[in-house]
Amino acid sequence: MAVTTEASSPLQLRAVVKTFARGKDAVHALDGVDLEITAGKVTGLLGPDGAGKTTLMRLAAGLLRPSSGSVTVLGRDLGRGAGSLQQAIGYMPQRFGLYEDLSVQENLDLYSDLQDLDPKAARQRQQELLELTALGPFGRRRAGDLSGGMKQKLGLACALLRAPQLLLLDEPTVGVDPIARRELWQIVDALRRQGTTVLMSTSYFDEAERCDEILLLNAGKILQQGPLPHFTAPLRGRCFLVRHRGLRRRLLREALQGRAGVLDARITAAGVRVLSGQGQPSAQPGEEWQAVEPAFEDAFVALLGRVQEGGATNASKTPEQGAVKPAEKAIGRAGDGDTAVVEVHDLRKCFGSFEAVRQCSFTVRQGEIFGLLGANGAGKTTTFRMLCGLLPASSGSLKVAGVDMRRATSAARGRIGYVAQKFALYGNLSVDQNLAFFAAAYGLRGGHRRMAIANAREEFQLAAYGAVNADDLPLGIKQRLALACALLHEPPILFLDEPTSGVDPLARREFWQRINALAAQGVTILITTHFMDEAEYCDRLVLMSLGEILAQGSPAQLRQQARTAEQPEPTMEEAFIRLIEEHERVIRRAS
Amino acid sequence: MNSRRLRGLIRKEFIQIRRDPSAIAIAFFMPVFLLFLFGYGVSLDARRVPLAVVVDQPTAQSSTLVAGLEHSPYFRPRHYASIQEARTALLRRQVDGIVWLRADFSRRLLRGQSPDIGVFVNGVDANNARIVEGYLQGVWQNWLQQRALAAGTPLLVPVDAKDRVWFNPALRSRDYLVPGLIAVIMTLIGALLTALVVAREWERGTMEALMATPVQMAEILLGKLIPYFLMGMGGMLLSVALAVWLFAVPLRGSFWVLLLSSALFLLVALGMGLLISSVARNQFVAGQIAIIVTFLPAFILSGFIFDIQSMPAAIRIITHLIAARYYVSLLQTLFLAGDIWPIVLWNSLALGLMALFFLGITLRRSHKRLD
Amino acid sequence: MLARVWALVIKEFLAILRDKKSRFVLIGPPLIQLLVFGYAATFDLNHIPYAVYNQDPGYASRQLLGYFQGSTAFRQVATVTDEGQIAPLIDDEKVLLVLQIGPRFTEDLLRHRPAPVQVLIDGRNSNTATLALNYVNSVLLRFDQRWAADHHWGKPPAQLLVRAWFNPNLLSRWFIVPGIVALLMLVVTLLVTGLSVAREREQGTFDQLLVTPMTPAEILLGKALPGIFIGALEGTFIALVAVFWFGVPLVGSILALALGMLLFLLAAVGIGLMISSLAVTQQQGLLGAFLFLVPAIILSGFATPIANMPELVQDLTLANPMRYFLVIVRGVFLQGDSIPELWSQYWPLAIIAGLSMTAAAWLFRHRLQ
Repeated sequence: MAVTTEASSPLQLRAVVKTFARGKDAVHALDGVDLEITAGKVTGLLGPDGAGKTTLMRLAAGLLRPSSGSVTVLGRDLGRGAGSLQQAIGYMPQRFGLYEDLSVQENLDLYSDLQDLDPKAARQRQQELLELTALGPFGRRRAGDLSGGMKQKLGLACALLRAPQLLLLDEPTVGVDPIARRELWQIVDALRRQGTTVLMSTSYFDEAERCDEILLLNAGKILQQGPLPHFTAPLRGRCFLVRHRGLRRRLLREALQGRAGVLDARITAAGVRVLSGQGQPSAQPGEEWQAVEPAFEDAFVALLGRVQEGGATNASKTPEQGAVKPAEKAIGRAGDGDTAVVEVHDLRKCFGSFEAVRQCSFTVRQGEIFGLLGANGAGKTTTFRMLCGLLPASSGSLKVAGVDMRRATSAARGRIGYVAQKFALYGNLSVDQNLAFFAAAYGLRGGHRRMAIANAREEFQLAAYGAVNADDLPLGIKQRLALACALLHEPPILFLDEPTSGVDPLARREFWQRINALAAQGVTILITTHFMDEAEYCDRLVLMSLGEILAQGSPAQLRQQARTAEQPEPTMEEAFIRLIEEHERVIRRAS
Repeated sequence: MNSRRLRGLIRKEFIQIRRDPSAIAIAFFMPVFLLFLFGYGVSLDARRVPLAVVVDQPTAQSSTLVAGLEHSPYFRPRHYASIQEARTALLRRQVDGIVWLRADFSRRLLRGQSPDIGVFVNGVDANNARIVEGYLQGVWQNWLQQRALAAGTPLLVPVDAKDRVWFNPALRSRDYLVPGLIAVIMTLIGALLTALVVAREWERGTMEALMATPVQMAEILLGKLIPYFLMGMGGMLLSVALAVWLFAVPLRGSFWVLLLSSALFLLVALGMGLLISSVARNQFVAGQIAIIVTFLPAFILSGFIFDIQSMPAAIRIITHLIAARYYVSLLQTLFLAGDIWPIVLWNSLALGLMALFFLGITLRRSHKRLD
Repeated sequence: MLARVWALVIKEFLAILRDKKSRFVLIGPPLIQLLVFGYAATFDLNHIPYAVYNQDPGYASRQLLGYFQGSTAFRQVATVTDEGQIAPLIDDEKVLLVLQIGPRFTEDLLRHRPAPVQVLIDGRNSNTATLALNYVNSVLLRFDQRWAADHHWGKPPAQLLVRAWFNPNLLSRWFIVPGIVALLMLVVTLLVTGLSVAREREQGTFDQLLVTPMTPAEILLGKALPGIFIGALEGTFIALVAVFWFGVPLVGSILALALGMLLFLLAAVGIGLMISSLAVTQQQGLLGAFLFLVPAIILSGFATPIANMPELVQDLTLANPMRYFLVIVRGVFLQGDSIPELWSQYWPLAIIAGLSMTAAAWLFRHRLQ
């Protein structure tokens, strides 16, 4: 297998077309893809949902056969099956491919056997990998009981047992917290130093920037391929950071988004970042414009925004202009009221002897966007489920809109909206049927119901999907539908549990624009998220770890807390990692 | 074929079986449960049938007949004063039949006019009705015999059946139900369980990860086949042990022939299970298909309960496609009759061919690809 | 409240009917089972293969054998000329029985001496053997009566005159097919309700449902009604097939049948919802339904009479709703029963329905904790 030299690419696709039959139609998952991956480099694969990323990965792993064209891996055409070539390929599917009822060690043993490693070599390699992934102490734990981050590291270890020449990672960081994400990258960097070629798909822009090369895929076609500057250079002179002394970032962003010449405006730690169509758009008094280096996110928006002009996931056309007016009627325009809408005091939840949440207290005021951040298993979802009345608290008090949801009447429950972690829609019901059902379930009737459904279809741009089954929707549209269903009854309080996990970047941006618009109308929003850039959108945050609240305050305050000599201006992500690691150190010392 | 990869797969499968309660339930709980249910709960031998007896005018003649009914181990006679009352009792399902001796019965009997003994059975359960009828004929003939003996005149019945029942002289239905049930149990383990566990690998995405390793398709298949083959044989041995020691069913044939033919049938069942899971990659659908194409036929079309010869011609032809049919025949023969080679060989041959067919198709259909 | 329950009912229907797989589960298996049971599940014997070993040269034996040849229940497949040929025929299941007629059969009969016929029968399937012996006996009885009349043997002192009420030809199809109505109603209802909550739990929609203003009672009702509708529809369909396709008479009161169906469905739905509340995954739901269905069907009197079971098992069947409904269906179909005759079946069924629904409601609330 010494075919690979520096010159020849370990993965080449020539005019690859892959179609799937879906009912009577043939869907083109890949439509004429030509590409070469550079040996020894890390290549990032990006693109919206349904762009064909997973199909491309599977083709490279020899799991699918191209409808036409050829796939060459490590110098061999995969046309007649991969055969022994798979010893040199490591592949981690999206769902990690772990046996959940086998322990960490048993999973490693199985994959060592499947890679036909002799026991001695296997033991040595497993030892190395356990060290690399820091899974050593968990050898006997069942894979199903591991946190998302640990599962992902184990999945990676299983793919690395016979040090592969080509490593394929399909969305390895979906649903994984920043700490686990950083650990994964440490592993990838180590592999890069050893000369392994890595192809990974991701929906994080910062991850894309860490790759040596970026491959941007859209609708089965390659939009652009190359190192980062290749993407960002054309945008030089079109990116700006805008600050305003009086306005809060959210309002500033809204003002900028509507301005002529502005393609995109988004909130960052320092202020509002603007991408213009050309040059600097006109500045308003009080605004302070500063040209900045373009980032990959700007390129992504610029490229895909153009491709999808007029499409459903159009980033530059936001829905907020005609958007949601619901809560206005319910509570009037509140702005930043001081009324506490959610009060949590000394909340505690035990599952058996395991304390999932303890000493948790916070208050959410009306019209706030309130974020719950934390690593996987920090207790965010448990807290959420208690707030919505889905789980009883073990002790402590919690009030949502003045009542405990656990004992609330139907009417009180009608005041909250809830979007669960996995979009909990009826998969084989159409979009319209889902809307109609939830409208009735929330007790809307007659003309009121028809109005609510019609509004939702229009505001969430769902009309085109009316007859499509919820299961067949792209993830971004699913999430839009879930939000639409939760908002039908115009609740003054909205709970969102990781609503953007796994959703592509454009859909995420669009989602946040809606959330901002809702907050502007006085809806109180509680949200959990893994995306640290999203944390910047929140008015206030709590940071949770191991069931406890570590810090709370505005994003700026949290960043402040994590400031050190080496890192005077930490990003939210750096702040998060630092605070949590500090806390875990304290706990470890205590025990 | 690589022995280390195969060993790894088999070890994995056993760990999973040990940790999955539903596998244990299907492989060990179900057999015991079904055997107890059929061994104790089901019997086709009518015993102590409640019978209405109406004697319009009791006499010495009628009482001998009624005594015959009362002494019969098959009846529990109840006396009713009138045929109307007896009829109501029959309608209310308090009795399964009526024996009615009319007022002139004794008079006509003594005059040699050969009166009728009126018998009405509830025909709703036709099978039961026939059995009751048969028992009644027995009582009647006994009664005739005794009368003839008492009178010293030989009974004049031209032709009488002298029956000799081979293999199961007591006609215990348990003796054929319990062996037949082994076919149903092996179908559950071989086809249903296997179809479910392979579908689960597809559902959970582990199949995709397996296929990305250098493992060969034949190894994946064998890695499923061998563990569930051993499970199935375990279930079979458990069932045979219960049948012989708990339910006292005789095992007249050779144990080794039983073992060998069971192994053949198990291969067929496993082949079907694997084939089903290669068509249906989700547990719910795989389970449904397995129940319809393997479990139900094993129950109904195998001759386990219902006689194949009596089915309509079209269905009789279909039964030839049902593997359980051959195995049930083998089981009933090996348990009750012994090693009857023509039966053993022909049925084993049929099972062998079916095993080759299903396993062959499975191997051909299984590609190491997702599409 | 009604509007919310109604919306849930509509949603359940859509969820079941829009999905190809669930549609198939509702239509495919019941249809297959109906046909297979209807045709294959019979205790009537037809074409029993037999062989004849006739050592008698006379005409009486030929006359007797003519009776067998004329019966559709029997089919002669072999003629034996030597004692040694008998065992292989029976052993190899070539024939079920061998009629052996002695060398002096005609001679004995003509001399007014009883002449026995040996019947050698394969007892491997004891039920078939018992029935076949009954068939042989009734053929012999007919021959005897004829012979006695023709050859002045005199009548037997008393005759057995058997008449079967409600099913004069004793067709077991008339017994089995109405039973299928009960069987399939139970299976379908259990599958519809037993998996419905588990499915929502698995898909995460159950939480979504619980945060809406719907109360647990409304959710339970919304889950129960589709099961009842679908069960009733399926039951009606099978009843129609029984009457118009299989030609089973329906002589009783339709109202009595409808009342029975309703009570039975309530009981079945209650049990289905109990399973559903306990199961976390669909697989557990399926396994639970299976573990209930198998004994419920076997210990119901569907194929084998309850009276034949041991006392303890008989007491156990008192809790089985199918047991009562089977009596109702068969009573209405064949016996022409109407409501008053079936009271003794209605009230236990109503009690089971009430208990199972209450238990389901309790479990449902309890499992929400």
